[in-house]
Amino acid sequence: MRLLAENLSSMRGGRVLFQGLSFAMGAGEALMVIGPNGSGKTTLLRLIAGLLPPTAGRTALAGSEDPVSEAVHFVGYQDALKGALTVRENLAFYKSLFGGSGDAVDEALGRMGVGTLAMLPAQVLSAGQRRRAALARLLVSHRPIWLLDEPANTLDADGQTLLTRLMDEHRKRGGIVIAAAHVRLDLPAAREISLGGAA
Amino acid sequence: MNAALAAIVKRDLKLALRAGGGAGIGVIFFLAVVTIVPFAVGPDLPLLKRIGAAVLWIGALLASLLGLERIFAADHEDGSLDLLFLAPAPLVLTAAAKALAHWIATGLPLVVMAPVLGLMLGIDPRALAAVTATLLAGTPAVTFIGLIAGALAVTLPRSGLLVAVLVLPLAIPLLIFGVAATDAAVTNEVPFGAPFRLLCAISLFFFVLGPIAAAAALRHARE
Repeated sequence: MRLLAENLSSMRGGRVLFQGLSFAMGAGEALMVIGPNGSGKTTLLRLIAGLLPPTAGRTALAGSEDPVSEAVHFVGYQDALKGALTVRENLAFYKSLFGGSGDAVDEALGRMGVGTLAMLPAQVLSAGQRRRAALARLLVSHRPIWLLDEPANTLDADGQTLLTRLMDEHRKRGGIVIAAAHVRLDLPAAREISLGGAA
Repeated sequence: MNAALAAIVKRDLKLALRAGGGAGIGVIFFLAVVTIVPFAVGPDLPLLKRIGAAVLWIGALLASLLGLERIFAADHEDGSLDLLFLAPAPLVLTAAAKALAHWIATGLPLVVMAPVLGLMLGIDPRALAAVTATLLAGTPAVTFIGLIAGALAVTLPRSGLLVAVLVLPLAIPLLIFGVAATDAAVTNEVPFGAPFRLLCAISLFFFVLGPIAAAAALRHARE
């Protein structure tokens, strides 16, 4: 699995966020996108996921016609949990939606340390608990490319250690991690793209 | 792909039936509209009988509009719309699955309620059966038209009125042929089948157009 990005450019609201951005990522690699608020980190991740069309350039999986969007997990600043459904129902929905193999729902929640909350409606969870439940999505359905937008936000120290371990395991299995944050995450040997400032 | 679509239908049904989901609002609104008509026109049973089918259709049509503006907006607000884009199902079918779930939760109860409310208006059994059949064929199309409006209004706050303005003109043919088929069943001047088949044809047209247009509108909203 190789992810290629060629000449990506993005203009939002008449302002160039970045242009001519090219990179290729192989199995087990990680990319850290850093930059100040409003520098285009989220835009770059959404563009890779295919959630936004680039102004110019393209992303593709090397040697495959499959769309990148079906190979990625996207965890954005919104947790995408329905408050009226229980945590377990939320996660079971994403497991069926994305399909493929993966951990059982309760196992994934247990690994994220929110197993005891499975029966509660998601609306009663704290921000950190919601984030953990959202990250459990990465486990219930295996997809090779993880796009994480400020994944450590609202997580406590314990949660951040857990996140680091998840990303490590994913890379050891040949996965790709692309994370955007305004402070560096603990990603060993990660490449870096710095947005803003230079532009 | 089928598992993904089934999951969407199941989740949306659950959400609609949970507290605050809004599945019951349409039925109550339908009841309210039909109940106030006799107060307005007076206790003239022959008149109520004559306009009964039209009243039921108008009530069901207006009740079908409720909640359409939330069909994609709710998913947009909590971020789950993004994840529906990443699912291994074409966006067109994802949109169709959402419309189907919305109709089962809000449209089907209206069809079930129609004969009961029809009794209040003194509609005879033949016409009751006809109006129920036309609502069964027509209300899904209203939801599928609303799907387009819901997708266009996905990022707009307070878009309820906009959705009504977009949907009602397109729903007029359904109203015309729905009521015409019911009248035909009562008067026998024209066979019931002719307007009813036209109603079904219009519905089928919107079953196809709705999801395609909604998917295009959602893609456009990304840019």
